[in-house]
Amino acid sequence: MDFYFDAKIWASDTVCAALRPVSPTLFATSCGRFIDGFFVSIELLVIATLIGFPLAIGLALARTSRSSILSALSYSYSYVFRGTPLLVQLWIFYYGFGALGASGLGLLWPLFRDAYSVGLIVLTINTSAYSAEIIRGGIVNVPNGQLEAAVASGMSWWTTMRRIVLPQALRIAWPAYSNEVLLLLKGSALVSTITVLDLMGQTRTIFARSYSLDIFVYAVILYLILSGGLTVLLRWIEMRMRLPGY
Amino acid sequence: MTGALGLLSFGDGGWGDELLRGTLVTLQLAVCALALGLSLGLLLSAMKLSKHRLPRYIGDLYIAFIRATPEFLILLLFYFGIERAVQAVLVAVGLDVAFEMPRFLAAVIGLAAIFSAYAAEVFRGAYMAVPNGQIEAAIACGMSDWQTFNRVRLPQMWRFAIPGLGNLWMVLLKDTSLAAVIAVDDLLRQAKIGSESTRAPLTFYLAAGAIYLVLTGVSDLARNGLERRARRGMAGV
Amino acid sequence: MRMLKQLMFASLVVAGAIAAGPAGAQQKTITIATEGAYPPFNAKDSTGALIGFDVDIAKALCEEMKAKCEIVAQDWDGIIPGLEAKKYDAISASMSITDERKQKVDFTNPYYSNYLRILAKKGSGITGPDGLKGKTVGAQRSTVAATYSEDKLGRTSTVKLYDTQTAAYSDLEAGRLDALVSDVYPAYDWLKDKPEYEFVGEKIDLNDKIGIAVRKGDTELQSAFNKALKAIRDNGTYGKLNAKYFPFDIF
Repeated sequence: MDFYFDAKIWASDTVCAALRPVSPTLFATSCGRFIDGFFVSIELLVIATLIGFPLAIGLALARTSRSSILSALSYSYSYVFRGTPLLVQLWIFYYGFGALGASGLGLLWPLFRDAYSVGLIVLTINTSAYSAEIIRGGIVNVPNGQLEAAVASGMSWWTTMRRIVLPQALRIAWPAYSNEVLLLLKGSALVSTITVLDLMGQTRTIFARSYSLDIFVYAVILYLILSGGLTVLLRWIEMRMRLPGY
Repeated sequence: MTGALGLLSFGDGGWGDELLRGTLVTLQLAVCALALGLSLGLLLSAMKLSKHRLPRYIGDLYIAFIRATPEFLILLLFYFGIERAVQAVLVAVGLDVAFEMPRFLAAVIGLAAIFSAYAAEVFRGAYMAVPNGQIEAAIACGMSDWQTFNRVRLPQMWRFAIPGLGNLWMVLLKDTSLAAVIAVDDLLRQAKIGSESTRAPLTFYLAAGAIYLVLTGVSDLARNGLERRARRGMAGV
Repeated sequence: MRMLKQLMFASLVVAGAIAAGPAGAQQKTITIATEGAYPPFNAKDSTGALIGFDVDIAKALCEEMKAKCEIVAQDWDGIIPGLEAKKYDAISASMSITDERKQKVDFTNPYYSNYLRILAKKGSGITGPDGLKGKTVGAQRSTVAATYSEDKLGRTSTVKLYDTQTAAYSDLEAGRLDALVSDVYPAYDWLKDKPEYEFVGEKIDLNDKIGIAVRKGDTELQSAFNKALKAIRDNGTYGKLNAKYFPFDIF
């Protein structure tokens, strides 16, 4: 954790010192904000992905399981959260549930009080709904014969999934999943509408004080850096997952 | 619950008619952006399939920019950017004419700009999906380039493009909600106005969510129907 | 195609207005933007019509100038860019006259004065800016209250910025904010139905004057507004509008 804070301070100092000559009036006041927002966007993305991914696997397994109740529940979850705009979901959770207050939400209130955690919850739910569909697609594409062979050799359902089906399903689903992570990064900009100061939130705050369109151009550059880095990382994982001979 | 129903009822006291009007604006946004986005997408895919390097390069750059930038940021960029650019051009040529760009138009252009980048990839895929043998056969029959494109490639491209375009339509429909942030009176904005005057945000945003769900649900059914139609006569599907 | 026609039509109208000189200028419609989310100064009723003090003042000025005016709604974030882009000719939206804004627009003489107050729940124990250390404070993005909160309170308190004032109120009520920094008048209006909240501490006077913004260099409209403003101050129209909203003088 210390390392992370040091990295933030280092980035803030070094990058901003380097940028100041480019536009002294703009960067003197706004550079630190940009860097802050940049890191908040990364945090949101990383945490939502790390929680959303296993959640999505669980949902996909439920969807493909023989239990019709589990399958229907998983289907409805995906249907609702894929069928409504992320912006509406954010506003339902932040302004809608938030209006119920501490008395209405009880123990859940600490989670809903904080805009950052509401943003994180909604992003996680949203990405898990989309990812579940993608992983389900991977699971049904694993040849049936392998399943039968696994069952015939005495493996339990869980062992079959863990050892045979999921490793192949994830390999099949990875390119589509990478795309979803990229969409999540872009979608995360919407948390700025519920007062979270991510990269987009900082950008809009700086714009509100300066009315300078340059701000948006710098924000685009930062998002290009983020999505570029993300694409390289996801491709690297894809290569690592690839089996020899494929 | 009667309170919630009262809020959403039609007439002077209720906000049902406002929400309905907002829903129509949302659909108008989506349909206009679809029309413009399909045209731009075809143009972009033509650039990407071009024999020359420059149009290919520009197409790649544009698509990379759209894919990497948040939709929200693109919309704000178009909203504030186009107007200032046009104004600057007008001033530069010595015309002191008021250029007024409606917010609705700004939203349509922004949404179409996003849609076109993804649609271009779909069209390119569909173009390549038409088997080469058919093209060779058409040329062998003595068809011109245009005839080959118009009679052999284009009718089949739609078949291959429809599933992808259906997905993009759903994404577009949901993205229209962003227009609320630049104050286009769409469904979400009407819900926001309603929730702020009545202090019942949960009711209004849930209602808006339900309407979006109906819109995407109906679209999903329509897409399945279209896909079935597009697959008619195809072997092995 | 229709847009092109409209553009051509608009240029004809403008050209006509210039050619006709002062007599023609009186017939020209002045479009004035307001936000519509800042009661009691500007708000929307359930039919969507714009109401409030800013709207009434704008209408009174137009009547005094014998000009035809149209009031349109525009979200706060885009309100100055919209003026620069000539979507409308003036902004009557309780806009504070600041040096930052003066680089982009020109202002008329002030039509009222504003100061900031801090709002908190009764019994919160907050007695002023010093009591906000470690607390969460809200304000509307791109207002004087936001600049004050970020610059003066940002180091010791968590500052949350909202796209609209109403969103900030709902978070204060939801308990997400310990206090809200706000212009005094809308807060005064809001407190009327909220007996559990109160002003805390002294008023924060930032020499904050409110004016109507016009495009940079549009001195013709600026001086017409100034003349009309003086006239409605003198003939009692202003006093009547003031009394309609506040029991004390706000000029």
